[in-house]
Amino acid sequence: MIGDWLDIGWLDEIPVRGARTVPVAGGDEIAVFRTSDDKVFALANRCPHKNGPLSQGIVHGHSVTCPLHNWKIALATGEAQGADNGCTPVIPAKVSAGRVLICRASTLKAAA
Amino acid sequence: MDIHDSPSPGATDAIEIATPRPREHLVVIGNGMAGCRAVEELLARDAGRFRVSIFGAEPHVNYNRIMLSPVLAGEKTFDDIVINGHDWYQDNGIELIAGDPVAAIDRAAKTVTSQAGRTIGYDKLLIATGSDPFIIPVPGHDLPGVISFRDMADVDAMLAAAATGGDAVVIGGGLLGLEAAHGLMLRGMKVTVLHLMPTLMERQLDEAAGWLLKTALEDRGQTVLTGADTAEIHGDGKVAGVRLKDGRDIPASLVVMAVGIRPSVALARASGLAVGRGIQVDDHMVTSDPDVLAVGECVEHDGQVYGLVVPLWEMCRALADGLVGKPTGYRGSVTSTKLKVAGLDVFSAGDFSGGENCEDIVLRDGARGIYKRVVLRDNRIIGAVLYGDTGDGGWYFDLLKKGEDVADIRDVLIYGQAFASGGGRADPKAAVAALSDDAEICGCNGVSKGKVVACIEDGATSLDTVRATCKASASCGSCTDLVETLLALTLGDSVESGPKTLCECTSFTHDDVRREIVAQELKSIPEVMQKLHWSTPDGCSSCRPALNYYLLCAWPGDYADDQQSRFVNERLHANIQKDGTYSVVPRMWGGITSPTELRAIADVVEKYDAPMVKVTGGQRLDIFGIRKEDLPAVWADLNAAGMVSGHAYGKALRTVKTCVGSEWCRFGTQDSTGLGVKLERMSWGSWMPHKFKIAVSGCPRNCAEATIKDFGVVCVDSGYELHVGGNGGTKVRATDLLCKVATEREAMEYCAAFIQLYREEARYLERTAPWIERVGLDTVKARIIDDAEGRAALTDRFLFSQSFSQDDPWAERAAGARPEHHTPMAAFTPRTEEMA
Repeated sequence: MIGDWLDIGWLDEIPVRGARTVPVAGGDEIAVFRTSDDKVFALANRCPHKNGPLSQGIVHGHSVTCPLHNWKIALATGEAQGADNGCTPVIPAKVSAGRVLICRASTLKAAA
Repeated sequence: MDIHDSPSPGATDAIEIATPRPREHLVVIGNGMAGCRAVEELLARDAGRFRVSIFGAEPHVNYNRIMLSPVLAGEKTFDDIVINGHDWYQDNGIELIAGDPVAAIDRAAKTVTSQAGRTIGYDKLLIATGSDPFIIPVPGHDLPGVISFRDMADVDAMLAAAATGGDAVVIGGGLLGLEAAHGLMLRGMKVTVLHLMPTLMERQLDEAAGWLLKTALEDRGQTVLTGADTAEIHGDGKVAGVRLKDGRDIPASLVVMAVGIRPSVALARASGLAVGRGIQVDDHMVTSDPDVLAVGECVEHDGQVYGLVVPLWEMCRALADGLVGKPTGYRGSVTSTKLKVAGLDVFSAGDFSGGENCEDIVLRDGARGIYKRVVLRDNRIIGAVLYGDTGDGGWYFDLLKKGEDVADIRDVLIYGQAFASGGGRADPKAAVAALSDDAEICGCNGVSKGKVVACIEDGATSLDTVRATCKASASCGSCTDLVETLLALTLGDSVESGPKTLCECTSFTHDDVRREIVAQELKSIPEVMQKLHWSTPDGCSSCRPALNYYLLCAWPGDYADDQQSRFVNERLHANIQKDGTYSVVPRMWGGITSPTELRAIADVVEKYDAPMVKVTGGQRLDIFGIRKEDLPAVWADLNAAGMVSGHAYGKALRTVKTCVGSEWCRFGTQDSTGLGVKLERMSWGSWMPHKFKIAVSGCPRNCAEATIKDFGVVCVDSGYELHVGGNGGTKVRATDLLCKVATEREAMEYCAAFIQLYREEARYLERTAPWIERVGLDTVKARIIDDAEGRAALTDRFLFSQSFSQDDPWAERAAGARPEHHTPMAAFTPRTEEMA
């Protein structure tokens, strides 16, 4: 039986306005973000522009600014904001009883 | 005639009509706000429909649980908060079984059995068991003196504890916890609130409002610890204190656990009803058994559970409608929260978490302690947070529930109903134009509209001149928009546009922000954002690093650096490269190295498979291609050879480039290498508005290229020429000559003073070259050369700041600090079939 959600750890293991990563064996890394209002979002850890590691960007509101060329990515949709065009795969994520859960199927898909 | 002996058909009919139909029996489990409200609603629709029995676990009549806080605070008595007294039960023929909770439901037999063993039958059963306080199962949670805050018995326990005074700890900085803390403080206890999350009431309030609340509570004498994770409650037979995971220990004779509630579903679950997070009900509050209904905090409707009173009223209406056969249906609730604790007003409604397609309108008025945030999507309000002035909460909530299009009043929406409904519904300018001359524009300085207009008519053509002449908008700045509108109305198009703001989150310029940080003694990023009315909840990637730097510069040794507001290079103390790996540059003082250092670097290159090592333009060695997770180990190895971070990644002092000078060179006039090392030892580790480079050349041939550095020294026979403001960036600029000094000591003092002037006055991300072009070389000369006292003070401030900043960040990380920046949170290995 394969569960729908992957339990990846406690919410407070992610710095507020920061991110942690979840490497996927045989695939791309996932970036899991925690915003100032304690929401979590997960994206493939690569900017649609030049694959910058989004997990290392500055998180503000519900966006992250890529550390390579300052593209601003909406955490909820993975879409580049402003004049830029591009989209990073989104992995549904939620917090339940303090634990962070990410969608298993989407993780596999994003890492493929 | 005896009708029993010889009944006639007509008489029989008469008897049947005269005898009331046996009324169905409605049994209610729960004598709280939901259970009794449901009965009230039912009685109002059809008083004769049911015979009603109510079981209550508490030995009381129906009371208003929300008002327990005023009882605790001594503002009300129990009698004041009774909703329905004994008369109500009697008058409506309701049987009340109080103090005897129901222990079991037999749905097959349609009976309930109480704890005392009383069994009664029902036709319809209504479960209104509410919710149970959540107790964190830490060691010691069951010690005497640890209580929740849920019912009258808890209040009595708190009052008894408060009578002996002493220390109380409230675990949980939500609404309930803060009310408990406030009540206990009024009852004379010393109260500490422990909250796991970084800000208070994080479910209802955003970070800014939570921060304001914390500050205000602390001003009122409470101790509030956020990010406080309880490890255990300890005591010998009775509570003595609470120990946190970080080792802190807080003494307490009373511990109130108010971390949350969860639907009370044990009884329903045991009877086999469908239960998710709560007892599952349909739109008519009917459970999976058509004869069993449920209402209130114990239910789950459409995936939602509610812990507030308004949804409960709506559910009770739907339930009563359904029971009398006129079903309307419950469609879920949008909730709002209003809290008043210690005179602090807080309001929140809807979804204020923002996100895709959402727009925030934020008003911050630091001087009055007001924060308002309205969240819009498609021109409709979807959420609101108000702090300090909650007068318009109901209005925003109403607009939210109606889903009204607010495009027309958007510009004035944040000022509230009175303003938005005024003359200028469609045109925000008209709203300002419609204000009377004596309407107050600037609350801080008491400036009326008439005075502002007069000031503009007398020649003020910009915001700055208005601020300077009539003081409007010169303090907290929250009326800036109004003043700008008045400028536009009075002058038309001839308004001068002001200098560029720090970023789109604020109307303040870099210089304004720097000045206000010092003047108002602002010491954290949320505090700056609040006092200077930031328009976004937590800034952006432009302002956060700038504010972090400004605070660090203003309050050395005092301000706690915010790692999350730093660009990745400064967070990871290495340079991010295009493939996501990092390059690492150890410091080589003055460009000098040794066999040990070279060996250590060579070893690191091999050990971590670095694909390249390169000499930089600043005479250092740069090791490329290091993976993020290997950084701490690389630093440890370099540290072991005595090398520290070169800060080649930071807005910081990077390198001091030198030539060999008099020690080896046949032209060298002074010991340029030695001076370079001294300058680097003095200034390494200092954060700057932008990267900062120094060079020292031993003679005017200038082999160290000192005249394109931020600070350059060219040694000559008679002393040292000091050059400033050069760079080799996109726009090459040669230095200006600052002055000439005779001794090394002077060269170092002038260097420190210049660096500090730049650190204190340049804008973030402004290198020395554009800074000097902006302020003028003469200004810099006046401060550094002409003003000996000022120069000495600058030097002192620089050296004071350096006393806190010369710790090698690599050593700290190599020793294990902040592992979360380097290690993955978890790793995922898909199953074989998933990988296929």
